[in-house]
Amino acid sequence: MSPELIHRLHFAFTVTFHYLFPQLTMGLGILIVALKTVALRSGNPEWDRAARFWGRIFAINFVFGVVTGIPMEFEFGTNWARFSELSGGVIGQPLAMEGVFSFFLESAFLGLFLYGEDRLSKRMHWFSAVMVWLGSWISGFFIIVTDAWMQHPVAYSRLADGRFEVLSFWQLLLNPWAVRQYLHNMTGAVVTGAFVMAAVGAFYLLDGKRQVYGRIFLKVGVIAGVIASILIIFPTGDLQGKYVARNQPAAIAAMEGLFRSEIGAPIVLLGQPNEETQQIDNPLVVNNVLSFLIYGTTKAEVQGLNSFPRDQWPSALPLLYYAYHIMAGLGTWFVLLMAVCAFLLWRGRLYTARWALWALLLSFPLPYIANTAGWMTAELGRQPWLIYGLMRTSDGFSSTVSASNGLFTLIGFMGLYALLGLLFTVLMYREISDGPERKHPAQEASVMAD
Amino acid sequence: MGFLWFWLVAVMIVGYVVLDGFDLGVGVLHLILPRTEAERRATLASIGPVWDGNEVWLLAGGGTLYFAFPLLYASAFSGFYLPLMIVLWLLVLRGISVELRNHLDLGVWRTLLDGVFGVASALLAIFYGAALANVLRGVPLNAAGYFFLPLWTNWRPGVAPGILDWYTVIGGLVAIVALTLHGALWLTIKTAGDLEQRARGIAKPLLGLLVLLTVASLIATIAVRPASLDNYFHYPLTFIVPVGVVACLGGIWFWNHGGQPVKAFLASCGYLFFMLAGACWGVYPSLLPATTGAANDITLNRALSGPHTLAVGLAWWGFGMVLAVGYFVLVYTKFRGKVDVEAESHS
Ligand code: HDD
Ligand code: HEM
Ligand code: HEM
Repeated sequence: MSPELIHRLHFAFTVTFHYLFPQLTMGLGILIVALKTVALRSGNPEWDRAARFWGRIFAINFVFGVVTGIPMEFEFGTNWARFSELSGGVIGQPLAMEGVFSFFLESAFLGLFLYGEDRLSKRMHWFSAVMVWLGSWISGFFIIVTDAWMQHPVAYSRLADGRFEVLSFWQLLLNPWAVRQYLHNMTGAVVTGAFVMAAVGAFYLLDGKRQVYGRIFLKVGVIAGVIASILIIFPTGDLQGKYVARNQPAAIAAMEGLFRSEIGAPIVLLGQPNEETQQIDNPLVVNNVLSFLIYGTTKAEVQGLNSFPRDQWPSALPLLYYAYHIMAGLGTWFVLLMAVCAFLLWRGRLYTARWALWALLLSFPLPYIANTAGWMTAELGRQPWLIYGLMRTSDGFSSTVSASNGLFTLIGFMGLYALLGLLFTVLMYREISDGPERKHPAQEASVMAD
Repeated sequence: MGFLWFWLVAVMIVGYVVLDGFDLGVGVLHLILPRTEAERRATLASIGPVWDGNEVWLLAGGGTLYFAFPLLYASAFSGFYLPLMIVLWLLVLRGISVELRNHLDLGVWRTLLDGVFGVASALLAIFYGAALANVLRGVPLNAAGYFFLPLWTNWRPGVAPGILDWYTVIGGLVAIVALTLHGALWLTIKTAGDLEQRARGIAKPLLGLLVLLTVASLIATIAVRPASLDNYFHYPLTFIVPVGVVACLGGIWFWNHGGQPVKAFLASCGYLFFMLAGACWGVYPSLLPATTGAANDITLNRALSGPHTLAVGLAWWGFGMVLAVGYFVLVYTKFRGKVDVEAESHS
């Protein structure tokens, strides 16, 4: 295997695993604030206990996010040295800001939130929940800014030796690509958080235990779920799709499986792209829709892959196409399911509608799949570029690290992460079956006041 | 500008060593000091709310190094590929084992997790020391500024060294002893009763050992890279650094003996600061010296980012660090005071 492929797989594997954890913490962060707010206003201890329970789930995910995130930061240097040498002056900046502005914040207030309930006033405890939420969302922002610059470089100039430097702080942070990507991605995280919370609620009700908490979780999960599921398609997904179409036309053509430019281009709902014959096998299409979605009119021409030189086609074409269709297909399912559940909730029938509870319970893995597929779409669509239009992926990996050394450590990470996945499952199972009534965590790490 | 960023990055690295240093040390001691489960919990509770924040200094410092000196980041991280991957494994295992132990009542498995936590802490300390020694000794850079080091060659520093040779092993030993001592002093602040006495007791032999190793490492550094002294002879005022090292070692002994743990701990922070500052000053203005001839050194100017990047960086860095220090003050004051061993035994 070529060193380029190994380094790509190395990064892809570790980042995909990493993102399984932050998507839940970022989603739960805002839901925990909602629970704490109700608790503070109503003084109802059950909502406080519910918040504490999700705080524990958050904490476990946080630790896994932290330990799998550190390798990501290292890999920019270890596996992508030539890329880092040239672009570190730009993308190192948001990465450093992520540490300074968000990880410090998040770790400090998470400690206070988890261990400090006895030492803080109720308001201060609520405040630390808000800060934890903000910390995780700021962290998401800076990482998106980093990624967005690779997708759509802005505010840079090049030194004589080819290195990039950043010209404007605000233009870097307010990269239009980053803003769209951020809105869509954070909504995706809320979808994950909402589905997981609703699934645990459904599990408690189906199991016939802890009914009180089951209802709280379902109520919060379904309300957040229906809002986020709609927002992820419109306006955020729509906005992002249009922006990709304008700025990475080859990527959108590949995502949609459009081999030939067309006026009134159709949207492909189902079908398998065939690279040899350059067409979609077994297509199920709706005419004109793609033109409309991108340009707002059915008459517009959409560029197909045939408008681009072959060496600028995304390299993993079918995978890109499937990833995109999986994301969008699941998005449709989320809206349907959550709309039905929200309706039942409103009519007061959700807690007894066992079929709906089963559907919610079984759907909890799907947002993880959709989020992962979304990222695969973004990253595969960027190929063959590492920095879109400026630097090719084949020019960025560490040329001093041989394929065999890379393979060795990739296998190592696979083994280590398999172990982590196992431990994580055991931990989550334990927390969920222990439930919210478990004793107050502050007692576990009690510290004598002076 | 370059000089400024050199010291900003250095300050963040010192911040990392001083802060994460004590929880690494506590990790090592956690294998030997506590005798009961309650004491073990108290030992861990002394770092529970803070270790993660301490580790963030590594990320924030690493990120700052990355954008201020991208060539250094690229060259060092790819060149030290294998040891860094080991460091990553250790960081992962350490973080997971300490948290898992608190979340799961695993019976016999808990002993395993404690062992993993302690051993990972110890190995990390050794690797950090060895890493610093690698930088001081130099690496076989090529003209483009890259290298790739095997884990070891013939155990001798030379033109084609490995990560581990007799010199870098000394560096590793200094680090593990210094950080274990640092952790012991932290425990004398944070714990009470028997545990506190044992922590104070173990600090004494550790300090003795550290004095010997410090002297050995100084001699070895001069032997391996005589140029380390050039800056000092150019600016004799900077001999204040070794004087500071000696004064801090004396301070640790004096205050630990005199039952003033906070001062002893601060003296240990001072020791770490002076050792690192002394090392930085010994290589300056190189960031990564070459064993293949000084022309290949990665120097400050060669690695420095463009002026616009540095100006943008300066605009947010100060503000961000003030915030970060603010959070630390908040957390450390909220959790000040001793950990209650008694309460740990009831939970
Ligand atoms: C719950 C998760 C989820 C769901 C249901 C959707 N998305 Fe998505 N999508 C993401 C989660 C996501 C993501 C993980 O957040 C991505 C990856 C990168 C990014 O910024 O967001 C993403 C990227 C992404 C991109 C950018 C691809 C690129 O950069 O090349 C587009 C065009 C869309 N999405 C469009 C949609 C549409 C039209 C959807 C509705 C049917 C949709 N997404 C549902
Ligand atoms: C968590 C979400 C992410 C996922 C699931 C993801 C997924 C992937 C995948 C699948 C690849 C391989 C692409 C290929 O080989 O064709 C990749 C490559 C890469 N991604 Fe991401 N990515 C994510 C976020 C990011 C972010 C935030 C950044 C930047 C800060 C980033 C930077 C890179 C780099 C540098 C590569 C290697 C070069 C390349 O193959 O283009 N990724 N990622
Ligand atoms: C879309 C992609 C990503 C998002 C949204 C994201 C977000 C987050 C969040 C919210 C955390 C906090 C820990 C938690 O809550 O679980 C975290 C941890 C971390 N992430 Fe990511 N991350 C992404 C990808 C990456 C990449 C590509 C890197 C590499 C630079 C990275 C580096 C880190 C690091 C170093 C940590 C540890 C933080 C700590 O010590 O507190 N992440 N990430």
